[in-house]
Amino acid sequence: MRIRRSRPAAFVAAACALALTLAGCGGAAGGGSGEGSGGVALDRLRIMAPASPGGGWDLTSRTAQQSMEKAGVADTVEVFNVPGAGGTIGLSRLAGERGNGNLLMTTGLVMVGAVQTNDSRHTLRDVTPIARLTSAYEVIVVPADSPYKNLGDLIAAWKKDPGSVAIAGGSAGGVDQILAGLLAQKAGVDPTKVNYVAFSGGGQSLAAILGGKVDAGISGLAEYIGQIKAGKLRALAVSSPTPMEGIDIPTIKQAGVDLSLANWRGFVAPPGLKPDEKQALIQAVEKMHGTEQWQQALEKNNWKDSFTTGEEFKAFLDGERKQVTSVLKDLGLA
Amino acid sequence: MDSLELLLQGFATAISPMNLLYALVGVTLGTAVGVLPGIGPAMAVALLLPVTFTLDPVSAFIMFAGIYYGGMYGGSTTSILLNTPGESASMMTALEGNKMARKGRGAQALATAALGSFVAGLIATAALAFAAPRIVDIALSFGPAEFFALMMLAFATVSAVLGGSLVRGLASLALGLTIGLIGIDSQTGQPRLTFGVAQLLNGVDVVIVAVGLFAVGEALWVASRLRQSGHGVIPVGRPWLNRSDLARSWKPWLRGTVLGFPLGSLPAGGSEIPTFLSYSLEKRLARRRKEFGHGAIEGVAGPEAANNASATGVLVPLLTLGLPTSATAAIILAAFQQYGLQPGPLLFDKDPVLVWGLIASMFIGNAMLLVLNLPLAPVWARVLKIPRPYLYAGIVLFAALGVYAVNAQLVDLVVLFVLGALGAVMRRFGVPLAPAVIGVILGPLAERQLRRALAISQGDYTVLVDSPISIGLLGVAALMLLVPVVGRFLRRRIDRGEQTGSQERAEAPAGEEP
Repeated sequence: MRIRRSRPAAFVAAACALALTLAGCGGAAGGGSGEGSGGVALDRLRIMAPASPGGGWDLTSRTAQQSMEKAGVADTVEVFNVPGAGGTIGLSRLAGERGNGNLLMTTGLVMVGAVQTNDSRHTLRDVTPIARLTSAYEVIVVPADSPYKNLGDLIAAWKKDPGSVAIAGGSAGGVDQILAGLLAQKAGVDPTKVNYVAFSGGGQSLAAILGGKVDAGISGLAEYIGQIKAGKLRALAVSSPTPMEGIDIPTIKQAGVDLSLANWRGFVAPPGLKPDEKQALIQAVEKMHGTEQWQQALEKNNWKDSFTTGEEFKAFLDGERKQVTSVLKDLGLA
Repeated sequence: MDSLELLLQGFATAISPMNLLYALVGVTLGTAVGVLPGIGPAMAVALLLPVTFTLDPVSAFIMFAGIYYGGMYGGSTTSILLNTPGESASMMTALEGNKMARKGRGAQALATAALGSFVAGLIATAALAFAAPRIVDIALSFGPAEFFALMMLAFATVSAVLGGSLVRGLASLALGLTIGLIGIDSQTGQPRLTFGVAQLLNGVDVVIVAVGLFAVGEALWVASRLRQSGHGVIPVGRPWLNRSDLARSWKPWLRGTVLGFPLGSLPAGGSEIPTFLSYSLEKRLARRRKEFGHGAIEGVAGPEAANNASATGVLVPLLTLGLPTSATAAIILAAFQQYGLQPGPLLFDKDPVLVWGLIASMFIGNAMLLVLNLPLAPVWARVLKIPRPYLYAGIVLFAALGVYAVNAQLVDLVVLFVLGALGAVMRRFGVPLAPAVIGVILGPLAERQLRRALAISQGDYTVLVDSPISIGLLGVAALMLLVPVVGRFLRRRIDRGEQTGSQERAEAPAGEEP
């Protein structure tokens, strides 16, 4: 950890920024008509974080904003929040901004699921895919004194009586439950019998696991790594396709189930963009990805770089949608 | 090294001029965001987060902590003076605090709130420093079933705010429970009562309900009667607490702290619960029980202390386990991670400078807040000198701004004014407001815990009375509900015996709720 000298100037800037944001956060989100300027250079770029300040999408958006400003991809880069319903409210607003080439929205796997569970009017097919940025992986854990020593033990018990294994995780239809459903599908457990107990966020589910109130838990690796390292949780498997560097946990594949799942995040843009407008946005994101600041932020936040753009990202999105839809249907959520 | 020595080292860290400045800025910003309805400490910290990247982590966390409990102080100000809780945890403060303000005792209400927050903050911080690991063990023994029992106990406290008429009180509660149902069901992901409006999928924010029913409702109600009652200015009265105020305040402060800190450290959310419990406890214990509902200082002192102690309690699971149990705590956790720090069992060993500097700064910050808020109490109270038409116009403006700032959604404003109109109608017919807000807060919490408990037990209801904690909590709840009923029944029989049941009306409500 690097400790820098505190700088009064930075802090005054921070205080001013807060005051300005508080005063202006209403107006910023309200008037969002696109000027639709063509050409490669963007005079102004707005990033919609489809969640409240403080969440993962918000953090991604604001980190990207800083790197973009550093890279000079536009004169001004601005982040605004449109929270609600797993990001589908933001998605609907983005779909309504047809032809606006100065707008990006942060998205991710959670939104793919939320579109299904919320029966959203707009789907990710209604917008323009720009780039996938980062991936994070999930971990399956049990309390330290659990009888399940490895994923095989857990699955064996699960197969015998699916209801008897209560699995804690985040909100219904989210990444954690998607992984539970996929695991059930691949392991041959009836997904409708999965006893998934939804908690609001990793914190509360962690308490239930540590307190031994549930049999197992699923969450983002970053949220549980401290407990795993301290020996309070036993990690059975991570959802990465290959073993993770510096982390001594087997992958789900190594544990014998052919499955991997990445909680990815990326950018999409409004529908109806001209090819050069789309290209300008992709270039802006590529430029951002090249900055040292972005690379540092990836490391700092433990985000895996999974950068891919344009058509490739579009194909990936289609694949994700199919997989998620089938799981959520099996789980009885969509 | 023992905790005391580490704490002294922490003071050495926190007392550096730069860190003192950050603490001061934090508490000042926090007070400001606490005063504005809708904008809470969570949002403030989230917006500051990217800009504080370059700061030394110790300084940044000292500032964040300042914002966090500064917000708790600030929230009481608008509750007391304007009957506009800036956040749901200060709603109970509004009940008695605003009545006090209208009687010209606004400064006293603010002072007891500030002092109570200070006392609670100090005791709770000391408990955090010396007992955090033990408390967290107790907190972890709470599972969904125990939480459900706790929610039932909190529900029983509704009886303290039902007002004179049982039917009206329960109607208000039912209204709140219904509003609480709106949104996506947490276990199945299905929408309920959203009528196809996507913006309602996340439910109606408690802040909007509280601000709508209390503030906007109040403004509409006052406006509707202004012509009859004239443009009276509310007297401000003498500042400072007198001896009797202090004598009536100190016990509620301590009781509020004792309730607030452990409940705040439970990993369930619901920072409002200790304030409900504290209010009903004070009402039951108060010698001048009749004053409740008309500006009893105990009803401000207790809940405010509980509120602040619970805010500090939230840091127990956050620092020792990395468990965020409130929105602000979740953002502070994100901030830790941004600095590459992982709160949890290893934090105290790995980063003692940060942890103990933070704890020491909380002592300092609480002192700063007292210095900041106590002299300001009479100044704030002068707000009431503004003629009512302007004052209430201002309240409506700030309420709308604050609510819009939460999500930047037009739908929220519509909901706000619908609820405001409802609040005015409820006042017109003497329906108490507090049960509705309690229903909105507790209904979803209780439902979620009940369904989690039943999911884990696969539908076996005995899980609810499976542990001593659950049985104890449910028992207390049952007593709270039954004792007054039985008491009234017995009294009525005695009365009947004496005067052959002529004056039934005599025991009808004394004084209507707001």
